[in-house]
Amino acid sequence: MKNFLLVVLAALLLTNAAPAQTNPVQDVLQSQRALIEKSSRRSIGPAIDAIVSSGLPQMQEVLEAWRAKDMWQRKSDGFFFAAKKNSDGTYALQSFDSGASVGDFAKSDLKQLKPNSGIRAMIATALVQFQLTDPDISKRSEALDSIARDSEAALLAPLRASIAAETDPDLLVRKIRLNHLMTMTYDADTASRVEAINNMAGDLGVDYRGTLNPLLSTKIEITDIGDVPDANIATDLRPGTENFSRQTAYEILVAAQLAPPEVTVDARDAALEANIVAGRVGGLPVAQLSTEIKRNAAYDTLVTDGLAAPRITATDIDESLAKHRFFEVYAEPSAEVTTAAKAALAKSQSRVAVSQAVDLGLDALSLASIYFLAAIGLAITFGVMGVINMAHGEFIMLGAYTGYVVQLFIPNHTLSILVAVPLAFAVTFAAGVALERLVIRWLYHRPLETLLATFGVSIALQQLAKNIFGTQARPLTSPAWLDGAWAINDVIAISYIRIAIFILALLFFCLFLFIMKRTRLGLETRAATQNPRMAASMGINTDRVNMLTFGLGSGIAGIAGVAIGLFAKVTSEMGGDYIVQSFMTVVVGGVGNIWGTLAGAMMIGGFQKGVEWLNPSNTLAAQTYMIIFIIIFIQFRPRGIIALKGRAAGD
Amino acid sequence: MNRSFIARNPSVLVFLALLGLFTLVVSVLSEGFGVGLISTSFVKTLGKTLCLCLIAVAMDLIWGYAGILSLGHFAFFGLGGYMVGMWLMYERTRQIVVNSLAEGVLPPTPEEIQAAIGNQIFGVVGSSEFPLIWFFADSLVLQLAFVVLVPGVLALVFGWLAFRSRVTGVYLSILTQAMTLGLSLYLFQNASGLRGNNGLSGLQNLPGVTAPQSAVSLWFFWASALALGLGYLLVAWVVSGKFGSVIRGIRDNEARVRFLGYSVESYKLAVFTLTACIAGIAGALYYPQAGIINPAEVAPIASIYLAVWVAIGGRGRLYGAVIGTAFVSLVSSWFTGGQAPDVNLGFYTIKWVDWWLILLGLSFVFVTLYAPRGMSGLIDLLVRKSRGEDT
Repeated sequence: MKNFLLVVLAALLLTNAAPAQTNPVQDVLQSQRALIEKSSRRSIGPAIDAIVSSGLPQMQEVLEAWRAKDMWQRKSDGFFFAAKKNSDGTYALQSFDSGASVGDFAKSDLKQLKPNSGIRAMIATALVQFQLTDPDISKRSEALDSIARDSEAALLAPLRASIAAETDPDLLVRKIRLNHLMTMTYDADTASRVEAINNMAGDLGVDYRGTLNPLLSTKIEITDIGDVPDANIATDLRPGTENFSRQTAYEILVAAQLAPPEVTVDARDAALEANIVAGRVGGLPVAQLSTEIKRNAAYDTLVTDGLAAPRITATDIDESLAKHRFFEVYAEPSAEVTTAAKAALAKSQSRVAVSQAVDLGLDALSLASIYFLAAIGLAITFGVMGVINMAHGEFIMLGAYTGYVVQLFIPNHTLSILVAVPLAFAVTFAAGVALERLVIRWLYHRPLETLLATFGVSIALQQLAKNIFGTQARPLTSPAWLDGAWAINDVIAISYIRIAIFILALLFFCLFLFIMKRTRLGLETRAATQNPRMAASMGINTDRVNMLTFGLGSGIAGIAGVAIGLFAKVTSEMGGDYIVQSFMTVVVGGVGNIWGTLAGAMMIGGFQKGVEWLNPSNTLAAQTYMIIFIIIFIQFRPRGIIALKGRAAGD
Repeated sequence: MNRSFIARNPSVLVFLALLGLFTLVVSVLSEGFGVGLISTSFVKTLGKTLCLCLIAVAMDLIWGYAGILSLGHFAFFGLGGYMVGMWLMYERTRQIVVNSLAEGVLPPTPEEIQAAIGNQIFGVVGSSEFPLIWFFADSLVLQLAFVVLVPGVLALVFGWLAFRSRVTGVYLSILTQAMTLGLSLYLFQNASGLRGNNGLSGLQNLPGVTAPQSAVSLWFFWASALALGLGYLLVAWVVSGKFGSVIRGIRDNEARVRFLGYSVESYKLAVFTLTACIAGIAGALYYPQAGIINPAEVAPIASIYLAVWVAIGGRGRLYGAVIGTAFVSLVSSWFTGGQAPDVNLGFYTIKWVDWWLILLGLSFVFVTLYAPRGMSGLIDLLVRKSRGEDT
């Protein structure tokens, strides 16, 4: 042990005593000492290049220390070290070559290198190539992210150099793609840029389009008439055309100081106010200057007297414009690149348009399934039984709140949803049966009064929910496996929760068909609805059938509430958001036919998404137009898309 | 004709007399011209209630007599308010702008005034341009005409479309509800040109009038009472004649009336349009008393409440609609205004602000189920008792 310590001590002494041994890092640094000490952004380039091109693995550490302002210079001999502050105020120096400690020094013996932000950015760029080949995958990935975020020409070479050594297949793909993108902008050789652009033509990636767009950026240039600018011209602009008004053209001339500025109304009025003498200006009494014509006249008098700058007339503008030609000029000098980029972008855009149409279609389908889910309960109570239940929206709310309450007791979201769905059905089924027993069955022959009575129930339920749960929105959190979205490409993406709702809607559709067409309850329901007396004389207990059917419709509304609550807010007013749309869906589709409800939901969902696509900023307008559309639609098919015929269609 | 009409309908005379008496009593007790027992804000509440009674009379005509349950009449009410509100807001802003611009060195030009008004009114929705629909906003006469014309034309077009395609019963109710929902969503947009969800405000200030609010509130109260009286008279006259018989026939059996050779659609359209015009007038009187109108006013719920009032009052009887509306809306504002005393049950305190709507909803179910004739059914009962008839 003692021997060992002695050896270590001897080694330490040796390092200190013999600085002449091979120190390749220090040698490189010393060779660039003047430039490093000068620390100017303009002259530091060669120094960094020398450090990088030395190919020494320790240089990454040097650059990192330098950038972090942890590189210090020893005043005695001008050597560079990594320094760390000790608790007693001295600095512990460490050799870059061996990593060994050099000893503690007082601050007065040392000089800190303080690279400014410009130099630090250059160092960071130089560091990238070390990071690109870093053994740690996450470091390499980070480096790629940072290059993609703000790329520059200097990074292209290190990126290319790192591709060959890349082992991770995912990162390799990313590196190659990034190489293509950067080649488009930064490669010195025009042919390889064009090739890179053409290779990726039609790609849907946002990064690809984001790279192409700056290549096609233009600015407006002015020349004298007859001249043509020596640049890559995009288009020849003519003042007075749709996209380039005479006003804009003249303003550009003024900005380029090729024409005198127009006298604005404010400037004119200011000149008039400045020249009021004894209540008169420009030969007119101030009190008369209450029209534009009078004010212009007074100003013109001022101009003749030499008191103001002359106004620019339409003729002046015409003359100035006639003297100049306007061009849109690409910032990119190479015409081959811009032509290729334009073609590639057009190809991408047409593919993006197709993808967007598909995406819109999926959106519409998803909205349609939400409407369908909200309306399917109504399709039973209103469509089959002919009972208007204005409290249907509140049953949806009831289901959503059931889901919320279940989540309060069962924190596991997957389990709680599994419990909430049947429970919501049970709760709203019971509420529906109660409503049918207590109110609706007394009103079967008075549909308008059913509407009003159930509306009374609706406001009472809404207020009750408000009293219990308060006015703020309650969360109904979906399980983790429903988070996120299924991204087909960079444009088409659909969230899992919407897929789940679509599947749920489909499931209910099948369930409904099954119950109505294949079960005894369905048969009895249809019989009791078509002719209650006949059904009763056939031994069907119509009272019971009505009760169960109404309960079924209400129960489905409850389940729909859980589903809707997963992506929308759960509030006491959420039912109202869906009730009118639900009725619309059933009416447009055609009463008494589940296929009609499906068609109605598809049509309303599709139409609404279509209008939103035409006017994306305004979803309110979409709903307004949808309602107008429905009113007009009812003109042509008063009984809905799929109308019942024959006796069943009676009022 | 008129004499015989009144003679055949003594209840009209009774109603008008009671309305006149009520107006007189309120005037005498008011702050503006009387002893000051009734505060200005309560005079406004009463005036607004009279306007609501007017639209309820219209609702009773279309629902109680013609059997068309419209759930969209508040759309017409709101439109009437918007039409008169546009003039009030424009004119008042113009006066303010002219006054402030007069302080400048140069006398203002018409363009400057217009731009400044635009800035004042539409600055809140990030615009300063006057939308096209404000073209006539400087003309009181035209805007007053629009109070009747805009709801009338909307009702005419909508009704023509709806009745032509034989949309009846609950379908029509839902369609009218969709209409008012569509209108309210449209008005909620800033691009609608009516200040989006900000609505029109400051309507209680009449431009060019320096009289205090206590006096102005009474003027509007009188105007509302007059409008209610005239509206009641008009509707009572309409339902008393042959026209009234036909629309009652349509209510009871539409097909039979059609087979008798009447153009059912025209009758329905006439009633729908007439009631929309009355609703517009009621709205035009209501919102200057309320002071503000915004798109939430025409949301579907408002029209449903209208149906609730008429049903509780007793439909098919004009005074029933008036009584129901006055009672429910006044009691509502009393309960929701926080003036009603809380009931302490020991374990739970019933706050009426929270529980009033539940009570209203349930009482509505109760009325529909057990008292389809509403409160006027009680009056019938009393009248028959006093005449010594069997019930």
